Amino acid sequence: MIELKEERNVYLSNFASLEKRLKEKRPAWLRAFCKDAISCFTELGFPTTRDEDWRYTSVAPIARTAFKPAVYQVNGWSPSRLADVTLGEVACTQLVFLNGHFSQELSSPGKLPEGVKAGSLASALDSDGGLLEEHLARYASYRRNAFTALNTAFVEDGAFVYLPKDAVVKEPIHLLFLSTASKDPAVCHPRNLIVAGSSAQATVIESYAGLDSGVYFTNAVTEIVAGEQSRIDHTRLQRESERAFHVATMEVSQRRDSAFASRSISIGGKLVRNDLNVLLSAEGCDCMLDGLYLAGGEQHVDNHTTIDHAKPHCSSRELYKGILDGKSTGVFNGKIIVRKDAQKTDARQTNNNLLLSEESLINTKPQLEILADDVKCTHGATIGQLDEEALFYLRTRGIGDAAARSLLTYAFASEIIGRIRIQPIQCRLDLLLSRSLSKGHETL
Amino acid sequence: MKNNPQSEIAIGVTLGGEIVRREMRMLEIKNLHASVDGSEILHGVTLKINRGEIHAVMGPNGSGKSTLAKVLAGHQGYEVTKGEVLLQDRDLLSLSPEERAREGIFLGFQYPVEIPGVSNMYFLKTALNEIRKHRGLEELDAMDFLAMVKEKMKMVNIDESLANRSVNEGFSGGEKKRNEIFQMLVLEPKLAILDETDSGLDIDALKIVANGVNSFRREDRAILLVTHYQRLLSYITPDRVHVLLDGRIVKSGGKELALELEEKGYGWLEGNAA
Repeated sequence: MIELKEERNVYLSNFASLEKRLKEKRPAWLRAFCKDAISCFTELGFPTTRDEDWRYTSVAPIARTAFKPAVYQVNGWSPSRLADVTLGEVACTQLVFLNGHFSQELSSPGKLPEGVKAGSLASALDSDGGLLEEHLARYASYRRNAFTALNTAFVEDGAFVYLPKDAVVKEPIHLLFLSTASKDPAVCHPRNLIVAGSSAQATVIESYAGLDSGVYFTNAVTEIVAGEQSRIDHTRLQRESERAFHVATMEVSQRRDSAFASRSISIGGKLVRNDLNVLLSAEGCDCMLDGLYLAGGEQHVDNHTTIDHAKPHCSSRELYKGILDGKSTGVFNGKIIVRKDAQKTDARQTNNNLLLSEESLINTKPQLEILADDVKCTHGATIGQLDEEALFYLRTRGIGDAAARSLLTYAFASEIIGRIRIQPIQCRLDLLLSRSLSKGHETL
Repeated sequence: MKNNPQSEIAIGVTLGGEIVRREMRMLEIKNLHASVDGSEILHGVTLKINRGEIHAVMGPNGSGKSTLAKVLAGHQGYEVTKGEVLLQDRDLLSLSPEERAREGIFLGFQYPVEIPGVSNMYFLKTALNEIRKHRGLEELDAMDFLAMVKEKMKMVNIDESLANRSVNEGFSGGEKKRNEIFQMLVLEPKLAILDETDSGLDIDALKIVANGVNSFRREDRAILLVTHYQRLLSYITPDRVHVLLDGRIVKSGGKELALELEEKGYGWLEGNAA
C-alpha cells in the first residue's frame, strides 16, 4: 500500500506543477473538473486484477513507472519521417500532435465547409470556450475509471472537431498522435472532442504511432457526440512502438437516428487497453463496431466495449477479430446492455480469435444484460487455430506451408481491413500484415 | 524425361504379363500400408499407371478409396507404415504436399474446402506460379493469367463472377466440383487424382466434369478416378478398373469390369479380400 501511495504521489506532484503552469489558460469550469478528477484518481488509484473490469489486464508496469510529462520536441527531424503514418496523397485535414501537443508546422489544413472546426483543443479553449464547456468531460466519466480521471486532470491538448448542423465534410479528418522517445519514460494524455450537429457527416481517423522504440505511455480519451441524424465514420489505428503502453477510452453518445461506424485496429504497444463505450440515447440509432487486434511476442491487448441500448428501435453490430502469436495475450470483453425501455432492439456481437501459437492466450467474454422483452440479441465467440483442412487444400495446389499459413491468417483479418474504405490505410495494413506474417509469426 | 538418353533405352519391367517401357510409367504404388490414429486402413495396395492412361478405383464406402487419394496427395493425418510410391521413378512419400503438387500431383477433393477471404483467382495464380517456378518457367503476369484462365473457365462452364469470390465459399455442390476440374485444367498436373468428383452431381454437371477430364487427357498425363458409381465411367472411358475392398485391390480389369460391378455389386468379390 505504501508503494501504491508513492505511485500516486508522482501524479499529484506533476498535477500541482501543471496546475500552476496552466493557471492562466484553464477556464474556471475546467479547473474545477481537473481538481475533481485528480481527487477521484487519488481515491481510485490504479486498478488491480481484483477489479472485474481489469481481471485479465495488470497495469502494474504502468503504475510502477514514474512517467514524466511528455514534451514537444521537433528538433532534428523532418516531415518526411511521417510518410509512413500520414494519409499520403489523400486530400484530407491532418492534425498532427507530437507527444500530446498540437504541431502547427506538421499539420496540414484541408478543405472544410463553413462553420466546421478542426484544430487543437488547447486553442479552442480560447476561441470556443462555450462549446467546450457544453461538452468536454460530460460523456467520459472519471468517477469510475482511474485512467480517464488522470486524463481529465491532465487535460491540456488534443483534437477538437466541430460540425455545425447539416455540415458534410467529404475529406477525411486525420488526427495523428506521434510519440518520440525521451531519456526518461514520458506520459501524454491526449484529449479529443468530436461534436457533430444534426444531419452532419464526417469521416474521422485517429492514429497513434510511435516513431522510436522507447518506453512511453499514451493515455488517451476521446468523446464523440453524434447529433440527430448525423453520420460519423471513425477509424482508430493504434501502432505504438513495441515497448509503449497505450490506454484509451472512447466514449460515444448517439442521438436520435444517428449512425456511428467504428473500426478499431490495434497492432502496436506492449500493454494495450482500449475501452469503447457507445450510448444509444434515443430511438433509431445505428451503431457498427469492428475491431482487429494483432499481437505477437509478449504483447498484451485488451478490448473492452459497451453498447448501451437505452431506447427502442436501435440496432448494433459488432465484429471483433483477434490474431495472437508468440506469447501474446488478449482480452475481449463485449458488453451489451438493453434497457427496459429499449424494445425492438436488434443487437449482434461476434468475436473471433485465431491463436497461431501454443503459448498465446485469449480471454473472451460476451456480456448481455437484457431488461427488455421484445428484442433480438445474438452473440458468439470463437477461438481457433488455422483450419488444417484449408491448409492441406492450399498445399495440394503447390502453395508452401508458410505461405499457406500467411494466406489463411491474412484472409481472417481481411474481413475487417476490407471495411476500411480509406485506400492508403487499407494498403498499409495489407502490407504490414503480409510483411509481419512472412516474418514467420514472431512479431506481428 | 524424353531428353534423358538413359531412360530412352527401354528397361523392360513386367506388368500383368506385358512388357512396359520404364519411361512409360507415371505412377507406381507398391504394397502401400497406411493407417489413421493407429488403425490400418490400407493393407498393401499395389497399382501401376502408365502415361496416357485413365484408371478407375472403385469400391464401397469405407473401402479406403479416399484414404488412398489423400495419402497420395500427402495428407498428414495418415501415416504410411509400409510400401513405396513412385511418380515417374521419384519417391513421392518423402515429399510434402506442396512438393508433390509441384512435381505434378493434383488431388480433386471429394469435399472441396471453403476458404473465406481468399479470392479464387488470387489463390489459383499463387498456386500456378509456385508450380511454374518449380518447373523453371517464368511467372505469369496478371494479363496472361487472366486470358488463360478465361479460356479454361469456359470449358467447365464456370461463371466469371465465381472467379472473384472466395475459394468455394457459398458455391453449390456442383460448382465446387467444377471448380476442382477448373483448377486441374489451369495447373496442368502430370497425374490427376479425382476423389469422387462425380458424387452429388446431376447429369448436366456430370457431363461438364467428364468433358473437362476428357479434354485434359493426353499422352504425357495420367488420371486416377476414385469413384463409387459406374455412371461416371459412361462418360470417361477408363483403361483399367480396380476394385478396392477393405484396403486391398482385389480385382483389376478392363472397362467392362465397371459394368459387372454395377450389375453384381461388390459382394461376390468379398472372398478375395481375405
